[in-house]
Amino acid sequence: MSRLSRRGLIGAGAAGMGGLLLAGCDRLSASPSFQKFIGTGEDLTFGAQRILLAGQPLAREYSLSQLSPTFKSNGTSMPGGDAYRALLDNAFANYHLAVEGLVARPARFSLADLKAMPARTQITRHDCVEGWSAIGQWTGVPLGHLLRTVGVAPAARFVVLHCADDLENSTDGSGQYYESIDLFDAFHPQTILAYAMNGKPLVPAHGAPLRLRVERQLGYKQAKYVMRLQLVDRVERIKGGKGGYWEDRGYEWYAGI
Amino acid sequence: MPTDSAIDPAIAASRSRLPAGKETIYRHTVVVRITHWVNVIVVSLLLMSGMQIFNAHPRLYWGQYGADADKPWLEMTALKPDSDHPTGVLRLAGAQVTTTGVLGVSKGPDGQPAQRGFPKWATLPSDQDLATGRRWHFFLAWLLVANGLAYLLFGAFNGHFRRDLTPSRDQIRPRSILASIVDHIRLKHPVGEEAKRYNILQKFAYLAVVFVILPAMVLSGLTMSPGVNAAAPWLLDLFGGRASARSIHFITANLIVLFVIVHVVEVFIAGVGNEIRSMITGRYTIRTGTHS
Repeated sequence: MSRLSRRGLIGAGAAGMGGLLLAGCDRLSASPSFQKFIGTGEDLTFGAQRILLAGQPLAREYSLSQLSPTFKSNGTSMPGGDAYRALLDNAFANYHLAVEGLVARPARFSLADLKAMPARTQITRHDCVEGWSAIGQWTGVPLGHLLRTVGVAPAARFVVLHCADDLENSTDGSGQYYESIDLFDAFHPQTILAYAMNGKPLVPAHGAPLRLRVERQLGYKQAKYVMRLQLVDRVERIKGGKGGYWEDRGYEWYAGI
Repeated sequence: MPTDSAIDPAIAASRSRLPAGKETIYRHTVVVRITHWVNVIVVSLLLMSGMQIFNAHPRLYWGQYGADADKPWLEMTALKPDSDHPTGVLRLAGAQVTTTGVLGVSKGPDGQPAQRGFPKWATLPSDQDLATGRRWHFFLAWLLVANGLAYLLFGAFNGHFRRDLTPSRDQIRPRSILASIVDHIRLKHPVGEEAKRYNILQKFAYLAVVFVILPAMVLSGLTMSPGVNAAAPWLLDLFGGRASARSIHFITANLIVLFVIVHVVEVFIAGVGNEIRSMITGRYTIRTGTHS
């Protein structure tokens, strides 16, 4: 075999291998058991980050001069439906946040009730899973304070946030946005239910009247239009069972990376 | 190592007129060979899954933040995206190049031109699927780190870095470096004693990849993690913000591609069979004669 044809063969072989590799990877990607296998990387990341964050360090806070000139609104920018419209028309005077599930004292809080509680203001960076970032200032009640007010039952492990927006405009509620975080993040000092952004009341594009800020995770965890908090021991029985709208559609429950 | 240190080895090698012959040496240790091939697979798949992730927002910025309303320094996008014939463009530092078919616009799942950063033949998975691309990427990133640590520990303790990668005193003289550059331009490879060690440009390239580019790649990747940001805020300062870290992650990925291209071209110039065999069995044949 001449040198040249051997080289040609190696080249063709490499190209063929590349094609096979691609087709093979796509087939693997479609297999749930393989997804689970490569998901061990995410499990390692979660474990490693829990160790790194054991001391509950704060996410970086920025100065007013570093605010994004335009804070991108993503996902829903105006929830559909008459119920939300009615709340908005009344400047959320009739809004109530329900807190229920594994709590000692289930309760409902008006926006005025929440604003009367201790507040925290923080200028933080919002990182979308897509890769973009924006810096905004948030004011709200620390979720930890709210949870202590209602009393968390010993069995509770997760806070599930049920939202007013239906991202898929589904008729059966399957597209209703929801999220969940565990108590480790729920009691972090920067985890707040925000009712103000950049010094003004929250607008619908950013989740009025109330949205979650859980600053050490990605944007899809920052649930907007929060209507109800449910404390549970496990998330498997709720909707798609993965703990959130995007989680049910393939994204990781832990979004610290 | 060259036996005659009085003469510039590159010159000595080119002057020597030994009878043509062959000698086989043991060039690559088993750890180098294994970590090399693991890296071939892991880095290839990281690049492909990285392009999948990039495609979710094919714009890059400098600074702490960056989104649609902010000015990117690099952007892959489509002009007239809703028309039958969208034009794919790459915008880089104010310049714009038409890249239809490859960047900005390429075949979508239905075979029709669609707006996407990198084309489907380059990404993992092929079709737009950020969640799966991330799962691949973070799984592979752990493998890269594990493989890299194994290589670094071995290289430090076994003497690989000192013996094989550290430039010798005779190699770093300007004359030797210049001679090596000229050799590379003329596609000439050293033979004889000189072929038993890496040339100086080769050493610089390997040192840059091992100690600068790959560590910068890993650290800039970690800097994009909001969890890591809270645990190690100094990383944000090191890279000048999360948006900058994402840009540097992209640039280092491009540098790795550039390195791989040059590396593979050099393998072909130096003799593909011999080079690949040496990275599989460790045995490398050198010609004891003159330059070919």
